[in-house]
Order: sequence, then structure tokens, then C-alpha cells
Amino acid sequence: MSIGATLTRATLGKDLRLEWRSKDAINSMLFFALLVVVIFSFSFDPTAEESRRIAGGLVWVAFLFAAVVALNQTWARELRNQVLDAYRVSPAPANSLFLAKTIGNFIFVAVLEMLMTPVFIVFYNLRAIGPAYQLVVVALLGTWALVVNGTFFAAISFRTRSREIMLPLLLFPISIPSLLAMVQATSSILTGEFSAKFWIVLLAAYDVVFTMASLFLFELVLNAE
Amino acid sequence: MKRAFPILAILTAVLLSYGLYQALVVAPTERTMGDVQRIFYYHVPSAWTAGVLFFVNFLASITYLIWRNNKADALAVASAEVGVVFCTVVLVTGPIWAKPVWGIWWTWDLRLTLTLVLWLIYVSYLLLRRFSTSGQTPVIAAVLAIFGTLDIPLVYFSIWFFRTQHPQPVIGGGGSIDPRMLHAFLVNLIAFTCFGALVCWSRYRLEVVRRDVEETQALESLLEPRSAR
Repeated sequence: MSIGATLTRATLGKDLRLEWRSKDAINSMLFFALLVVVIFSFSFDPTAEESRRIAGGLVWVAFLFAAVVALNQTWARELRNQVLDAYRVSPAPANSLFLAKTIGNFIFVAVLEMLMTPVFIVFYNLRAIGPAYQLVVVALLGTWALVVNGTFFAAISFRTRSREIMLPLLLFPISIPSLLAMVQATSSILTGEFSAKFWIVLLAAYDVVFTMASLFLFELVLNAE
Repeated sequence: MKRAFPILAILTAVLLSYGLYQALVVAPTERTMGDVQRIFYYHVPSAWTAGVLFFVNFLASITYLIWRNNKADALAVASAEVGVVFCTVVLVTGPIWAKPVWGIWWTWDLRLTLTLVLWLIYVSYLLLRRFSTSGQTPVIAAVLAIFGTLDIPLVYFSIWFFRTQHPQPVIGGGGSIDPRMLHAFLVNLIAFTCFGALVCWSRYRLEVVRRDVEETQALESLLEPRSAR
């Protein structure tokens, strides 16, 4: 196994173990997403037919907001004891750190989605009319789209004042096409009115473009101190 | 190079006043839309100028990342700021025209949404520059500018899926246009391009001078610690 892969696995294992013991990120994300669900249902009062139409947007907005909570903690952990500085002076490839963080966040958000989906189904009486298996594809691609840019922008935003606020300000404008694709794909699968193919292709393109860009530029951001 | 600045300033002033005359007096009133159509002579040139400035920002950011040239970074700041101003002009003049013609202020159509998203991306770029505490602000800002540019085609295709309500470009298309209208439009297009270049240039010079002053002050306080106190 190459050094990069070993490093990715070590960092990822460390992050997962830390999260498993503290459960900080997942607990705050879960509660946050639950709050979004409850507050949305109060503000829309959705009936079954109506809810199917807006559910796509609702689900992803809740996940997006909740994901920011986890993404903000990504790098804060490495500031203690100058871990990040140590990383910078070591000959370790920067991209393996980035990949480890991204995969870690992907796992956190995916766990959140798995736990929250039943809640959504219960609260909004959801039932997919279109091909439901496509929802899994949309969820995987969509989560990666959120997380890859989120992890990257978290590394940028923690170099600013008021870093917790800066992350959504950077992440949301760039994420608009992916969010639109996730919402439209989910809605068209739930209502069964349109095909979600175009949106899935767009999401895949978004993932490829921004994964490449992040891997290409992360070293610059890591060393920009 | 410094002599070119007043020349450009005079050229811009002449072109803008000539363009104003052309747009308000010479160009005929449009048959169905009436006088409100004349906003088109400012709306489209502003959009064009904003687009050019954002492209300049992208080129300057890449230049900075490759050669670490501070002047390129100053140009990136200037073009993004001025581009946001022109983009704001587009977003304001658009609804003024749309309300009497379409009957609505805003619609989530391809071009409108694309302009709005562009505006959002570059405002977040300016915010990042403002809030950054790192000494490497130019690097992370340039990285964000590249991400923003990569996003544009994706935004385009994602919104392309919706119905397009914006009028299709008349010039180059099948539609016919009064030559006086075309003339007024082209004059304003050139005038606005010059205007954008002029404002961007002034902002660029301001930025360079500001950095020089900051550098000198830092040096002076290092050399004479007592007098600085």
C-alpha cells in the first residue's frame, strides 16, 4: 500500500474513532436536522400530495444545513497541539489528508441521512412513485457533492475571522447547481412525473469537476498560513 | 502607461455622452415596449462589462497562483469589485424593464438566475477577502475564484433545464433591428467597456498605492520603533 493510502486510512481511522467516542458531530447534526424538519412542517402545514412535491427540497435543505455543523468541526480538531502545522512540515502528501477528511465527513453525513430518512417518511407520509433505487444514487452523489466542497471550503474558512459563519457563505453559492440537481432529482423520483436522469448526470459531472479541482488546489490552501 | 489613463478617461466621457444622446434621442422608440426598451442600451452593456471583468478576475487569479505576482492579485481585487457593481446594475435595471413588459419583476429564468448566482459567488469572494486573517489571502481568494469559474457552466446547465423566458439575443439572430437602435447599442457597448476598464484601472491603482503605503508604514515602524510610539 502506498504512503498516501496508509495516511488516508490512518487519519480516517483516527477521526472515526474520535467521533465514535464523542459523537459530537453526529448528535448535533441529528438534532439540528430534526429541528429543521419540525420547523418546516409548522411553516408549510403540508398535506400528503403537497408534501411529495416539496419534500425533495426540504430533505436536502435540512441535510445541507446539518452538514455545515459537521463540516465546521473538520479542521478545528487539528488546531489543538498544532497538529496541522506538524502535518504541513511532514513530507506527507496533502491530498491524503484531504481525502481522509472528505471520506470522514461523507460517512458522518451518510449516517445522518440514513437515520433521518425514516423521520422524513413518517412526518411527511412519503412514498416514491418513480424508481426508488435512483434515490440511493442521488443520495450518494449529492452527499459527495456537499462534502467534497464543504471540506475544502472549511479549510479556507478557518483562515478567516468568524470562521463558523464564513463556511456557509462560501459553500452555498458554489453549491447552487448541485443543490438544484439533488432537489429536482429527488422531487422527480418522488412524484414520478419526470425522469431524473439529466439531474443525476449533472450531479456526477459536478462531483468529478470539484473533486479534481479540490485535489489539485488543496495543497495551496493547506500551506496558506 | 500612465499617460494612457487620462486618454482613456476622456475617451470614456466622450463615448458615454455620445451613447446617452444616441440612446435617448436618436434611437427610435420601440413599437410594442415603448420608451422602457431604452434601458436595454445600458442593461446589456453592463452585463457584458461584468462578464468581461469576472473573466479578468479569473485570469488574474490564475496568474497570481502561477507567478505569485502581487500586481495580478491587485487586479483580481479590482476586477471582482467593479464586476460586482456592474452585475448589480444588471440585476437592478432588469426588473425595471421586466415589470412593464413581462408584468413581473423577476422570474427564475436561465439568464436571470445565472446572473444572480454569479453575483452571489463574487460577493462571497469579496467577503472572503474582507474576513480573511491569513497573510495568504491572495492564495485562498484565487482558489475560490477558480472554483467560482468552474461552477459557471454547471450553473448554466442546471438552470438550462427550465423554460427560458428572457428575450433571445436580437443581434445575430433572425430578428430585424432598426440600424439606429443597433448603432446606439454598439456605441454604448463600447462606452461601457471603456467605462468598466477605466473604473477597474482606477481601483487597481488605488489598491497598488494602498499596499505600498501599508508596506512603507510597516517598514517605518520597524526602523524607528520609538517614533512610532
